[in-house]
Amino acid sequence: MLGNILNSIKDYLASDKTPGAAGSIPASIFWALVYILLIFTGLSIAVIAMNWLERKILAHMQVRLGPMRVGPHGLLQPIADALKLLLKEDITPTEADKWVFWLAPLFVVITAFTVFIVVPFGPQHAVTDMNIGILFMLGVSSLSVLGVVMAGWASNSHYPLMGALRSSAQMVSYEIAMGLAVISAILMTSLNPSGTGTLSMIGIVQAQQAQHTWFVFKFFPLGLIAFFIFAVAMVAETNRAPFDLPEAESELTAGFHTEYSGFRWSLFFLAEYSAMIAVSSIAVTLWLGGWLRPFPNFLSGDTWNLVFSLIPGLTFLFLAGMCFYSTARMPKHPYFRVQTAGLAGFGALLALIGFVLFISPVRAWVQDIYWFSGKVAAFMYLYIWYRGTFPRYRFDQLMKVGWKVLLPIGIGVLILTAVAGVIF
Amino acid sequence: MQPVATTFFFYMLSGLAIFGGILVITRKNAVHSALALILTLLALAGLYLMLYAPFVAGVQIILYAGGIMVLFLFVIMLVNLERSQKEEQFNQQWIAGVLAALALGGLFIGIYAKGNALLPVHPVTMVEESNTQDVGMLLYGNYMFSFEIASLLLLVAIIGAVVMAKKRI
Repeated sequence: MLGNILNSIKDYLASDKTPGAAGSIPASIFWALVYILLIFTGLSIAVIAMNWLERKILAHMQVRLGPMRVGPHGLLQPIADALKLLLKEDITPTEADKWVFWLAPLFVVITAFTVFIVVPFGPQHAVTDMNIGILFMLGVSSLSVLGVVMAGWASNSHYPLMGALRSSAQMVSYEIAMGLAVISAILMTSLNPSGTGTLSMIGIVQAQQAQHTWFVFKFFPLGLIAFFIFAVAMVAETNRAPFDLPEAESELTAGFHTEYSGFRWSLFFLAEYSAMIAVSSIAVTLWLGGWLRPFPNFLSGDTWNLVFSLIPGLTFLFLAGMCFYSTARMPKHPYFRVQTAGLAGFGALLALIGFVLFISPVRAWVQDIYWFSGKVAAFMYLYIWYRGTFPRYRFDQLMKVGWKVLLPIGIGVLILTAVAGVIF
Repeated sequence: MQPVATTFFFYMLSGLAIFGGILVITRKNAVHSALALILTLLALAGLYLMLYAPFVAGVQIILYAGGIMVLFLFVIMLVNLERSQKEEQFNQQWIAGVLAALALGGLFIGIYAKGNALLPVHPVTMVEESNTQDVGMLLYGNYMFSFEIASLLLLVAIIGAVVMAKKRI
């Protein structure tokens, strides 16, 4: 058993991992499981980190400090929150529909995590490469609205029902604009001599590689407009500010999950953040070149390859440096001794990761993942930025933007892209 | 890709689809019926995947499970469910229903009895990799005219809905 596993690891490491070669995707069940576990852990860590970052960044945007008490600079706050949520009483309202109430958070979480099996973190870093990859992602993430509707209805209460109604209307409307933007990007994949496009997530990035451009810059400004439509629609799809009407605090207390508490509420929280990461991955894959590093043609050659491959390690060293700087600035009071030591230890851990990333085989292995995650992280920052900047839309304005602005522009861009593809 | 445990997945998915279908007609609560219908639709999507039609499966999930069923639930949630649950079934169509069921059952038994004589011995081998491209080529090539007629029908339906819903245009 163990020998088999070791052999398959050896085979995998020895196999030709160039895109398109046989065995470039983890075909065996063992490797699929490993990738599923890796993605699941990575996603959970990303959600925890997002929880901390969102509070911290929002606080700094509003000239506050944010969480400072639990751990140095509030670093342990998400863990404290998670513990609180797990220990809280799990309440089911007496008049609620028990089965649907129980099913709704599960449904939302399962759909939010399932989409990640086709997300390409690199040419060989994906659980599977489906022929209908992007269609699968859109389809499964469109199922999550069912979970929201189920939650709102099963709670048997007015605010959740209002939230669910708003959410279903909003998500169905914006899905159309989103789909049109996606189609115009898929159309661009077919602009090669053989004239066949692809729906596979890995194929889409390889098409951008073959055409030597990210699709956001293709047929300027058509690609950019399609990307913009998607970027607006994806915020509405994930029910985030400024389109967070389904859970508008000032109007509906907490929207569709008002009646949920404890662990089930945390499932909704988890699903919301992983859905944000999922739609950002779609945007990165379709328009921002997926795992491709910036300037692959302009700054090419061995020297530049080496420089870009050092960036992941340097990022971690930079973070470690920030930790050490904050350690030096911690108050010199015996009361803060544990916190100072903890922060220094965290910095040392980051520095260690940074140095490990400099090792040559690790460097080659981790580069694609780094660029993909980096682009997704930029989107995550944008989400927080929107929340700190824009006031919430009114519902009729929301519908007007979706149907009367984004949809016609989307159709126009699609037609113009087709025309440009035929002419050029 | 080589299929794995085909028989098992076929019976599991068909079983799920039939189970969902039975739930749809036996539940008194309309929302439960709609949720059971979603189960049936997802199981059908799985069956399409087994038939090497990934595009059809994807469209099935997006359109039926993700789009139409959301609108179904949207409407059902606005209906006063408590009253409709207490109401007895008022249409007296069970004679027609039994006749239709018998006819369909007879058809199935006939096909089962005739067996292989009706079905092609060697089914067409489908290429999974180019399924989407093939569907597109056929829709916009051979069947262009019928495709356009279908889209025109849908357009008429949309305009009709708007005319009926809006009092003043």
